[in-house]
Amino acid sequence: MRRWIPLLVFAALAAFLYLGLYLNPKEVPSPLVGRPAPDFTLPVVGNPGATFSPADVRGEVWLLNIWAPWCSVCLEEHKHLPRMVAGRVPVYGLTWKDLDREAAPLLARNGSPYVIAVDDRDGRVAIRYGVTVTPETFVIDRDGMIRMKHVGPITPAVWQAKFEPLLGELDA
Amino acid sequence: MSRCLGLFMLILCMVPGLAVGSVPATPNADDPSLEARLNHLAEDLRCVVCQNESLAESRASLALDLREEIRGMMRAGLSDDAVVESLVARYGDFVLYRPPVKPLTYVLWGGPLAFLLLGLGLAAATLHRRRRSGPQPGIDPAALREAARLLRAEDSTVPVAPSEIVGADSGTQFQEERTSP
Repeated sequence: MRRWIPLLVFAALAAFLYLGLYLNPKEVPSPLVGRPAPDFTLPVVGNPGATFSPADVRGEVWLLNIWAPWCSVCLEEHKHLPRMVAGRVPVYGLTWKDLDREAAPLLARNGSPYVIAVDDRDGRVAIRYGVTVTPETFVIDRDGMIRMKHVGPITPAVWQAKFEPLLGELDA
Repeated sequence: MSRCLGLFMLILCMVPGLAVGSVPATPNADDPSLEARLNHLAEDLRCVVCQNESLAESRASLALDLREEIRGMMRAGLSDDAVVESLVARYGDFVLYRPPVKPLTYVLWGGPLAFLLLGLGLAAATLHRRRRSGPQPGIDPAALREAARLLRAEDSTVPVAPSEIVGADSGTQFQEERTSP
């Protein structure tokens, strides 16, 4: 028995390292979950005279999707987002650092998955939301509280596993 | 070597998403003391995009933005602790390069010490067991003398017949050795 101990220790170490291969280091737990969504007032993409603020959608369950025109994964996500959401919740877009002002023509050309996209050109609001990569999606409840943060694109599997149950719980 | 590394970093920063065509945060030449404070603080903060760099080292766009954000907070008169606190509120403890000691991180901080103690314990147990399990090989001169005496005594009482020894050469050698003293 004793001589198997080194092998067992090695096997345990190998198992941990193997599992570690499948962890996503980008998936950093957000301290914002369970806290009020940070407030902001930003100009609307394609309509700079208008502004949007989370206070405007108080009493609704909504999604805030952080994207950028230079982020190819976000553009891919745009194609599938409307079909997954299927009008169940309004999706608002926060356009992160659109320095080349590509967002408005791009959304007009491809069709926008958002009710409204706002323009966070200097990225200050994204910092308030603790954004590290695009896309990121926040689920915000009727009281303006952040209930979930998803890092990375929403795939149909992710939508079913993470979003559907939470939206059901939030009665959206 | 360092040039090679620098080039590698440069290439890494060209990966979209890690670096964006951005306006670099304006260096604050007019307030060197604030800049020194910022750099000191940024050493202990993590660049949340390039996860293994500190905020002070990183040239990633988000790191520049975060430094600008910290400058803004410092100009607004926030203390270093308040700045760190507000960053932790958004990014979590992950933004700290030196994780705080709290129940969640006890294993992290205590792990190395636990392994050290475990190793010392195992070493002590092994040494203790060895000491107890009989005499060490070839140590005690008294025991050696005793063994020699016993061998001689055996010699005289049980003579080995030459026929019992395999090989004539070694047999004669053996006998010579044994009869010489």
